[in-house]
Amino acid sequence: MSVLIIAEHDNKSLKPATLNTVTAATQINADVHLLVAGFECQTVVEQASQVAGVTKVLVADNAAYEHQLAENVSKLIVEVADGYEHILAPATTTGKNTLPRVAALLNVAQLSDVIKVESADTFVRPIYAGNAIATVKTTDAVKVLTVRATGFDAAASTGGSAERQVLSQVIASDRSRFVKEQLAESDRPELTAANVIISGGRGMGNGDNFKLLEGIADKLGAAIGASRAAVDAGFVPNDLQVGQTGKTVAPDLYIAVGISGAIQHLAGMKDSKVIVAINKDEEAPIFQVADYGLVADLFDAVPELEKSL
Amino acid sequence: MKILVSVKRVIDYNVKVRVKPDQSAVDLTNVKMSMNPFCEIAVEEAIRLKEKGVASEVVVVSVGSKSCQETLRTAMALGADRAIQVEAEDGLDSLSVAKLIAKVAQEEAADLVIMGKQAIDSDNNQTGQMVAALLDYPQATFASEVVIENGEAQVTREIDGGLQTLAITLPAVVTTDLRLNEPRFASLPNIMKAKKKPLDVKTPADLGVEVGSNVSIVSVTPPPQRAGGIKVGSVAELVDKLKNEAKVVS
Ligand SMILES: Cc1cc2nc3c(=O)[nH]c(=O)nc-3n(C[C@H](O)[C@H](O)[C@H](O)COP(=O)(O)OP(=O)(O)OC[C@H]3O[C@@H](n4cnc5c(N)ncnc54)[C@H](O)[C@@H]3O)c2cc1C
Repeated sequence: MSVLIIAEHDNKSLKPATLNTVTAATQINADVHLLVAGFECQTVVEQASQVAGVTKVLVADNAAYEHQLAENVSKLIVEVADGYEHILAPATTTGKNTLPRVAALLNVAQLSDVIKVESADTFVRPIYAGNAIATVKTTDAVKVLTVRATGFDAAASTGGSAERQVLSQVIASDRSRFVKEQLAESDRPELTAANVIISGGRGMGNGDNFKLLEGIADKLGAAIGASRAAVDAGFVPNDLQVGQTGKTVAPDLYIAVGISGAIQHLAGMKDSKVIVAINKDEEAPIFQVADYGLVADLFDAVPELEKSL
Repeated sequence: MKILVSVKRVIDYNVKVRVKPDQSAVDLTNVKMSMNPFCEIAVEEAIRLKEKGVASEVVVVSVGSKSCQETLRTAMALGADRAIQVEAEDGLDSLSVAKLIAKVAQEEAADLVIMGKQAIDSDNNQTGQMVAALLDYPQATFASEVVIENGEAQVTREIDGGLQTLAITLPAVVTTDLRLNEPRFASLPNIMKAKKKPLDVKTPADLGVEVGSNVSIVSVTPPPQRAGGIKVGSVAELVDKLKNEAKVVS
């Protein structure tokens, strides 16, 4: 039976995490459908139809779906769920907001943050901040999963030519209303899709000092990340947080600056290919996972690093 | 307004997790257990709403074995008025827990249910959303600010792209993120007082809920370990390694 994926997008473009989810889906079944629920999201539909491996795109284009309100989108998904044995979404804040609702409405379990597909009913997911890896088997009639993008390669964004089906259902709750949004604007790559990330922690001292990281980020085409302590202290906004309860990243190169390496931070970045740590405390736990550790004061090392790149 | 807060007893966030040799689960014998940090934030938020005069009563619920009564007492020491333990095996699946909490919320006629966004053991991040779905309530997950006004909750949410604000009509479910508040510590007199606050015990049968799940654990294994790295002596050496050894910088 076909797999249904809930596409992640902002009404303008399809988000990369969707492509990783497509790869997970194709490991379950070759017939992969994408649901694009949004408002005036025609360009997203175009992009979705071209994703390699996607055979059909379901389109629900209505103001009720503009902000991905879980109340509306979950019911829409349940209405189209018939005939699907698997319903997947990227494990983003949107997917995590909506899919548990879908599972509860279908009276089935939901598996979060799947990093590996063993078979159509057996999946692998991290628990305890990634300090244990669980393999779980489900006999539910419908398997509802969120997929961690770092566990799967991205499917090709072109090469497909999916058919389209327009959905006419309009589900609009009158008990949930979008008020406003404050989205980070940045020319840098998205944290979860970047090949290189440079993150700062409490050791950065203040928000201004994050400018020190920008020079390196510019040279390496890197995204900027942060530890919880740096976000809590107000140095940088919440969308930069990497970790158990922030974003999970696995770039080719992760540079941790002034970050001690608490397990909750490691949970979000320890699958990076190469890890560099710059910290003045040689006992900092971050050095246990770093491929290259530099014991130094970041205020000396970071400017020097920028010059040497 | 009545608030229902759920709390979970989990491994303390500072404990180093070990997997059992038979790979059946994480070893919890003689391990320090605490209230899930996100649940602490949920309790704190409810108490603050009561202190502001917005809420009149804070009821706290936990699903688990007798040991979770300790967690409920902690919540009452922090300021919750009374507690309900739903007696069940520890580690029940999210949907069963959600059904039990939804039923309690209904019986209590709670106007607002505040829950942690995730428990740091199973890392599921689903129970709150499921409670909302089962009750057909609106939800605001990952909250970093909650304002109650005119029968509505205005909730600022931490989302991947930044912040989003929703207005949801009560009754509703809110799940907490890290920056919603900084939980207080319980004082000794309050810990003593909490011992006398009412704690009811119910069973899933009392609530008319059938628990159980179609998901089974095949294995629980330690994560792959990273091979140890090296310390470099200078920035120059670091750049050389990144260019010529790791080849991640050109
Ligand atoms: C439920 C829960 C969830 C959490 N989720 C997350 C999460 O998602 N992500 C996350 O990151 N954390 C998370 N945490 C917090 C985590 O436990 C740590 O508190 C946090 O990661 C610490 O951040 P830090 O390393 O920046 O700060 P610290 O631990 O204070 O480390 C600062 C480091 O900077 C170094 N330093 C200071 N000055 C300099 C200098 N001049 N030059 C070089 N080095 C310097 C110090 O030696 C130190 O090692 C969570 C905690 C809990 C309880």
